[in-house]
Amino acid sequence: MDEPVAPRGLQVTDAEAAHVRRRYRSERRFRLLGAGAIVMALTMLALLVTSIVSTGWSAFYQHSLKLEVYFDPAVIDPDGKRDPDTLRSANYTSLARAALKAEFPEVEGRRDIRALNGLLSNGVDIQLLKMVQADPEIIGQRLPVELIASDDVDSFLKGFIDRDEQESNRRVKDNEIAWLDALEAKDAVVAKFDALFWTSGDSREPELAGFWGAMVGSFLTLLVTLGLSFPIGILAAVYLEEFAPRNKFTDIIEVNINNLAAVPSIVFGLLGLAVFLNFFGLPRSAPLVGGMVLALMTLPTIIIASRAALKAVPPSIREAALGIGASKLQVVTHHVLPLAMPGVLTGTIIGMAQALGETAPLLMIGMVAFIVDVPGGITDPATVMPVQIYLWADSPERAFVARTSAGIMALLGFLVLMNALAVLLRKRFERRW
Amino acid sequence: MTPPAVVLAARVISAVMISGVEMDFWLLILIVLGIAGYGMVRGQRKAVVVAGGTPSRLHSLPSYHGLFVALWAALPALMACAIWMSTKGVIIDALVQGALPEAAQALDPDRLALLMSDIRNVATGDIVRANPSPEIVSAAEHYRRLLQYSDYAMIAIVAGIAAFGLHLASRQLGLDFRARNRVERIATFVMIAASTIAVLTTVGIVLSLLFESWRFFSRVPLDEFLFGLQWSPQTAIRADQTGASGSFGAVPIFAGTMLITVIAMLVAAPLGLMSAIYMSEYASPRVRAVAKPLLEVLAGVPTVVYGFFAALTAAPFIRGFGEGIGLDVSSESALAAGVVMGVMIIPFVSSLSDDVMNAVPQSLRDGSYALGATRSETIRQVVVPAALPGIVGALMLAISRAIGETMIVVMAAGLAANLTANPFEAVTTVTVQIVTLLVGDQEFDSSKTLAAFALGLVLFFVTLTLNVIALRVVRKYREKYD
Repeated sequence: MDEPVAPRGLQVTDAEAAHVRRRYRSERRFRLLGAGAIVMALTMLALLVTSIVSTGWSAFYQHSLKLEVYFDPAVIDPDGKRDPDTLRSANYTSLARAALKAEFPEVEGRRDIRALNGLLSNGVDIQLLKMVQADPEIIGQRLPVELIASDDVDSFLKGFIDRDEQESNRRVKDNEIAWLDALEAKDAVVAKFDALFWTSGDSREPELAGFWGAMVGSFLTLLVTLGLSFPIGILAAVYLEEFAPRNKFTDIIEVNINNLAAVPSIVFGLLGLAVFLNFFGLPRSAPLVGGMVLALMTLPTIIIASRAALKAVPPSIREAALGIGASKLQVVTHHVLPLAMPGVLTGTIIGMAQALGETAPLLMIGMVAFIVDVPGGITDPATVMPVQIYLWADSPERAFVARTSAGIMALLGFLVLMNALAVLLRKRFERRW
Repeated sequence: MTPPAVVLAARVISAVMISGVEMDFWLLILIVLGIAGYGMVRGQRKAVVVAGGTPSRLHSLPSYHGLFVALWAALPALMACAIWMSTKGVIIDALVQGALPEAAQALDPDRLALLMSDIRNVATGDIVRANPSPEIVSAAEHYRRLLQYSDYAMIAIVAGIAAFGLHLASRQLGLDFRARNRVERIATFVMIAASTIAVLTTVGIVLSLLFESWRFFSRVPLDEFLFGLQWSPQTAIRADQTGASGSFGAVPIFAGTMLITVIAMLVAAPLGLMSAIYMSEYASPRVRAVAKPLLEVLAGVPTVVYGFFAALTAAPFIRGFGEGIGLDVSSESALAAGVVMGVMIIPFVSSLSDDVMNAVPQSLRDGSYALGATRSETIRQVVVPAALPGIVGALMLAISRAIGETMIVVMAAGLAANLTANPFEAVTTVTVQIVTLLVGDQEFDSSKTLAAFALGLVLFFVTLTLNVIALRVVRKYREKYD
């Protein structure tokens, strides 16, 4: 098509027709390529989600062994005074082991007994302790209790450990499988929704490790972030959009905010480490510092979104208010800001969602510590959801893979919720002028 | 019965409020707010009284008089409180240190710092040492006492400042007092202060990085860091230790970062660009309405999730695939981390390119169609060249994103600093090294930890430069068609 062709009416030569066909073919190819790129990117997304869900669903339920436990007064409370300290320090593990032994009286020898005891989680003592603390009356009774199984047993019962595998390569040995089969025949193996995952803190034992501590940590951290970045962000946006004169100083601020939005998050972590921890001596691993670092990080997002929302309020509103004698600040606080609020809130929620998923800067300020207790305040050592996911992903036990994926699902759930809220806000309240 | 969610929220909030150390702080805030609230009421009342019951004689509404008094009560007090909180640690440390026995004071600074941190831990009961020596216990007792005095003194002084501010402000009220103008001036100052926080953050980043890097470069020469080929940051802790000389040549790390970035861009650039082209030129509004937000979800997924995906799914898959065709692939190959990072970056490329292609005026397309060009010919020869500066800007932003990305590489790339261009081998990146050097307990003065700040400085300046150039390119291009 480079050379101009003289008009010849409707006559088209074969060569020209072929040329046009070729061009149309390349057109179709190009179009397919574009659609293919989108399909491929979305396939990746689908792959990501399915791989997480398929590995994570199994963490939502947990196997227990239903055994007849004798709450032996001689072990729990020898003097019969029901003193809380005595109750707390009793050897509950031995009760659980006795119950297991009663089920399999034929097991002899130290190694076999140790293997038998290995069916149960190390957390059964706390489980029994809590039962006794809740109701001391049960001391001296014989009750069926669903004792948490160990992570290997749980993995086996969920079918992740193949029983046809050679015994030496298998985490669950032949004799353990025989015991489990015997228990299963008696309907003593129960699979139930795993409440522990949603109510407890971290643990070295996968079957006891919970996400609640990280969820509370994330909540406290976001509380600090919101408390700092929301007011500061609004004040800065209002100043830059409504009051600031156009001069060098405000130019610098503006360029600064745009650049801060693109600084790698880990650099904010370095800032937090050098300034908040080493210079001001604030506590390590605390939601307070984590929240401050994340606040600095989300500030540009909130400022940029708030400015856009303020800009969208038509000038006629300002002029009308000024016309009836309002001062500039009154115009902003009585009219412009309330009208811009949906946009401001949307931007804030999106910024908070970003902060919720952020990991790297929190590693720098020590929120990676192994913390069992659920944090009670903003200066307690804590971890947050994404960091907990990172920690679990690093653990070698098979059962932690499922916990990691389940944690990811919980985190993604919160993110979806927050973004849905933002979309809803925008749809419901945003006005087009 | 109250719903469980409310009970839970109340429990969490009360836990936040009363958790030990912060109690005095919250009490103080409450006192100051109480005084300010009282000032609000009192200012308002006084204004009405001064006006003889007809507020319209006042220059400003009575509520502004109240607000003025309240602000004067609260702001100076809160500022004093912030200053007190940030300096009390240093002052108490100095006092306790001064009271230590002679022998302890003669210790070298490092040991002394260790001793002080022991004392602090015993005093706050953070870590219960097995058996602290009597000197430490008595010093801790001293420390705790000082801390308590400081808290009481702070409450007294800050509350005094609040009351004094209230008194001063309410004396000024009168018929002609311009309360509204004064309040608005204070508000403007607060707003200016809030907007400078962004600048202060940048200054803080630059200063802290520069300061720590300067300390690093006083131990390790700059040219060794920039051009050295050997990276093994293990330094000897004891003088007689062998095999841990510590060498800080960062070239392998820069090379590893580049390798992973190039792989990521090889995935993200074509996929992102073609998606953007389809989205802006071909897709019907309905397809666009579904596909665009879905693509953006890729950018909203937390990076730790990608890291987990890369380590658990992508890396074994690539390894198995490589073995299938007879290649030796490391389980922490640069390829796995790079490809997953590329997927994450797709929306950064696509949404910005989409925007700039949408900004190309329709008249250019129409002109091209009128000459008989097909759509793809128009796109390739008119739209993309016209949008090229914007696309280049988008790619540069994406590159800066890839260089600064941390979690994917921490979880899926290696730790060893190999100088290689083979994507099947494990390489390490700047961000991975920063994380590994700084996570875990170590003293803050070793070259090892300082090296992380030097790497951070390089990272900051490289990404900053890329961003500044990219933003400028995009903006300049936009002006052309406006």
